[in-house]
Amino acid sequence: MWESIRRWFDPRELRSVGSTPDYRFSLANERTFLAWLRTGLALVGGGLATAQFLPPLPLRHLREAIAVVLLLLGGAVAVRAVDHWARTERAIRLGEELPASRFPAILALTVGLGALLLVAAVLVTALGGR
Amino acid sequence: MTTRPGAPEPAREPDAGPGGTADDGQPRDPGLQPERTRLSWRRTALTLTVVTALAVRLALAGDTADAALAGTALVMWGAVLPIYWRRGTRTGPASVYGPSFPTVALGAAALALLGVVLVLRGLS
Repeated sequence: MWESIRRWFDPRELRSVGSTPDYRFSLANERTFLAWLRTGLALVGGGLATAQFLPPLPLRHLREAIAVVLLLLGGAVAVRAVDHWARTERAIRLGEELPASRFPAILALTVGLGALLLVAAVLVTALGGR
Repeated sequence: MTTRPGAPEPAREPDAGPGGTADDGQPRDPGLQPERTRLSWRRTALTLTVVTALAVRLALAGDTADAALAGTALVMWGAVLPIYWRRGTRTGPASVYGPSFPTVALGAAALALLGVVLVLRGLS
């Protein structure tokens, strides 16, 4: 793990493999990284907003739990973004297949499942609160 | 710049598209890739600013207001902002690699961890 972190910070390593691609490919990869970073920041922002703008939920500490899950998910998306950027850049330089990843599917399922659970929570609160 | 065989050539034809040629006579990239990338960095910087503001607000809210944690969020924001500024105003082929990427990504992850601290602090 520390090895890959060191590699992210060392551009010489990345520059030494393969050949320099058309710069537009690198810029497209850079923009994909930034889009993922914004996705992560949006999740972090959602967690911070949940903690301060959501009224307390009927279940004790549920609000804080949702906030922490969103924050950790956002942090993981940001870290994974730079790892994916480095692996993609490496593949482009070597002319290999782009790295496949299950991460987008897992993230989508997690967010979708979370949304469904919240819908259920809202309905239970609305029906039970009469 | 060397391109791999099989990679599409950068637009070099005189009729390359709406981009035409730049002032220095170099054909302009009709896809405006450097510009799009610069704008992408600026969008990300704006997102980071909003999230930092949310963190500062959470740190100062309620009866557990903590100026030190709010200051930490602001310092982290100020530490990575020069990278966003540099990348958002000038992106060229020469600056494709560097420590900017891991720094901004770990900065976002650090902000997430600070947020966890802020949320858990309200529980005790």
